[in-house]
Amino acid sequence: MDIIINLIGIALFVAVILWFWVMPTKASSSVVSGNEIINILVEDGTYKPNLVKTVVGQSITLRFIRKDSSPCASIVIFDGLDVSKELPINQPVEIKLMISQPGEYKFTCQMGMYQGVLIAT
Amino acid sequence: MSADMHSDKKINAEQIQLALEGVSCAGCVSRIEKALQAVDGIESVAVNLADRTAQVDGTANVETLIQSVKDAGYGASEIQSVEQHQEEAEELEKKHYKTLLRKCFLALSLGIPLILWGLITGDMAIASVKAQVAWGVIGMLTLAVMVISGRHFYIGAWKSFLNHSANMDSLIGIGTGVAWIYSMVVVLFPFIVPEEARAVYFEASAMIVGLVNLGLALEVRARGKTSQAIKKLIGLQPKTAKVVRDDKEIDVLIDAVQVGDIIRVRPGEKVPVDGEIIEGATSVDESMLTGEPMPVQKQVGDEVVGATINQTGTVLYRATRVGAETALAQIIQMVKQAQNSKPSIGRLADKIASVFVPTVLLIAVVTALVWFNLGPEPRIAFMLTAATTVLIIACPCALGLATPMSVMVGVGKAAENGILIRNGEALQKSSHITTVVLDKTGTITVGRPEVTSIVAVNGLDEGQLLRLSASLEHSSEHPLAQAIVKSAMNRDIKLSKVKLFKAIAGHGVQGQVDGHYVLIGNEKFMQDNSIDIDDLVSVAQKAAEQAQTPMYVAIDKLAAGIVAVSDPIKEDSKDAISRLKKDGIRVIMLTGDNRMTAEAIAKQVGVDSVFAQVLPEHKSAKVVELQKQGECVGMVGDGINDAPALAQADVGFAIGTGTDVAMESADVTLMRGSLQSVPDAIEISRLTLRNIKQNLFGAFVYNTLGIPIAAGVLYPFIGVLLNPVIAGAAMAFSSVTVVSNANRLRLIKIGRK
Repeated sequence: MDIIINLIGIALFVAVILWFWVMPTKASSSVVSGNEIINILVEDGTYKPNLVKTVVGQSITLRFIRKDSSPCASIVIFDGLDVSKELPINQPVEIKLMISQPGEYKFTCQMGMYQGVLIAT
Repeated sequence: MSADMHSDKKINAEQIQLALEGVSCAGCVSRIEKALQAVDGIESVAVNLADRTAQVDGTANVETLIQSVKDAGYGASEIQSVEQHQEEAEELEKKHYKTLLRKCFLALSLGIPLILWGLITGDMAIASVKAQVAWGVIGMLTLAVMVISGRHFYIGAWKSFLNHSANMDSLIGIGTGVAWIYSMVVVLFPFIVPEEARAVYFEASAMIVGLVNLGLALEVRARGKTSQAIKKLIGLQPKTAKVVRDDKEIDVLIDAVQVGDIIRVRPGEKVPVDGEIIEGATSVDESMLTGEPMPVQKQVGDEVVGATINQTGTVLYRATRVGAETALAQIIQMVKQAQNSKPSIGRLADKIASVFVPTVLLIAVVTALVWFNLGPEPRIAFMLTAATTVLIIACPCALGLATPMSVMVGVGKAAENGILIRNGEALQKSSHITTVVLDKTGTITVGRPEVTSIVAVNGLDEGQLLRLSASLEHSSEHPLAQAIVKSAMNRDIKLSKVKLFKAIAGHGVQGQVDGHYVLIGNEKFMQDNSIDIDDLVSVAQKAAEQAQTPMYVAIDKLAAGIVAVSDPIKEDSKDAISRLKKDGIRVIMLTGDNRMTAEAIAKQVGVDSVFAQVLPEHKSAKVVELQKQGECVGMVGDGINDAPALAQADVGFAIGTGTDVAMESADVTLMRGSLQSVPDAIEISRLTLRNIKQNLFGAFVYNTLGIPIAAGVLYPFIGVLLNPVIAGAAMAFSSVTVVSNANRLRLIKIGRK
């Protein structure tokens, strides 16, 4: 019994590390885009998709649709881009972006609990 | 676009209002009505030719409607004012608040009796089949409460788990879930658990769900207050405008006003949008935007700004900027943007917050194993309690909220005082300023120089000297030149034409007036032209000592006199400078003016030191010089001439730009002309930074103390192990505390008030 519980504990420990850190976040849907509009659903504590790929120098429009009534979801912030927008519930909000430098740009809620990333290549 | 995507967009809006463009006749009306009616799901359409709007009832989405109007050859946009947005958001917030409270009451109405039962009878153990049945029923009730009141936690936890991320929901979800599952195992299969560990924890699950909902509700409440500054700004905008079309005055919704519309404003009414007066004269109270208490005189050709109050006369004006283009809309936009940006002080907390939850999960697992292997009996019960408590007490919210809430309130507070801070970083840097460099003209002084004395020699009289000088300066755009011209005009002196005009930047001007060769400029300019000014030097010095700027005039190579110009010092410049010094800030004046005049002004206002005779292009070099000495420099000047120096400084303050915000790229825009805004801005930024630090400190201490205590580090020493319910209460109120502390900033009073 003791050994089983200890093994379960160790397995959980390893699983947490693997699941949250080691395994790539790519598991959620990612979209490669050119000059198109990407719908991002803000629901249940997540952005869906939470990974968007774009090409440097091409304009991209992200349309956020917030379903979550929690106040945390009410603002999306693109940290490295000095862009932030309020997201009223059920009202699509379009954010037009054109990235000039390749890299990873995080977009989060005010508290950084909702997390997404925009990768420009 | 696919049909299911449409369903994501705004549909089911019962009533949509559209502003129409290009509508001029009844024919247009029927064409647009037909086009809109052809859209699926439209019940009725009413186009109003007078105010050029369409009211559409039905269930189509806005974009389809706009497209159908465009296809018919007209333009359309949805009328939805900022205010409406705000109202809708508030309504939803209220609804959310009420839902959370309901959920809280439901959960507590099960949790509290259970807790009392445990406290009074002390009997939460499964010792008989009867107890098994009774607790089984309670377990199912708890499950029902968890599903109804805590569904959002479990769904959120699951969804983010699938996304390889974790948040507060994950902690609450796992914590309460584990407590319930363990209790249910004890109820259903008591024999697999050691006898002394056969206790149930349904009360913990119910209480925690209830308390966390309560905490969220209070947080929603408190958060609402953080955006009060924005609400105030939005509330300034009037709802309708009196548009004059075909000699008739129509009340038009503010968002249906178009550029070029002629609008009438009577005394006491608010100016609806930005525009230019085409008829009448009045005085306008612009204090709500600029903080300037004195009404501003306006006549034909002058600009009026939306949301200001017309005071004395009725005017007609043409709308030049409407909707999101108005000064007010841009101010609101800028403040909102700044409120959401983070200063670098919050970066560490952000980094921690992003790995916080998985780390807590690891700590919980380790805690469980330590209790299981080293703890006393019943070790399974201890293991469960400690691990659950760790999960519940950890509060990523407090950490994540610490910075943004204070920035939101601080930036809003500044905006209320006519100070627009561009972003969180500017706010943070403003709090570190050690030296403030003030441009003289327009910053310390009013920026409208006037002629204060004229000394004529060599047989000329004052009038003649002024006439020749003003005639020459008429071709110059320099503020000092304009002062001379204005002085001549005031005396009704007729000016002559100038030939061969030439301006030498930083020195003076020359040209031919009425056949005379006239030179006006500084001492160096006279020396360069070999003019003997020995007789005038003492007069010039005397003028300079009185803070006037003397200009030598020479006619036909002979010294002819001096025109001294003085730019009055703003009323409260001295107080503002002494406030800065009291805050431990070094104050330096920067000017192109001559040293003596500059020093005289510096002495009057109490400036520490002076950089005089600095050419405009060298201003930013002076800032660099100070930065090299290790100073954190705030540069105050007008946004146009001083732009390079403002950009070079650690914080650039553009002063007195009134409502022309869009032009500015300064870190801080001071909408009112008074220098007092500078110490105000620094004070607000210092207080905000202090508030952020308090919040961050509180959140760090809470988590770094709370988690180990929850894990039971105190147990071996003083036998203390937290109850998960207490952990739930602590967690719920820690984030409320952060938001409330940020709200305290709203109540601060800054220096001069």
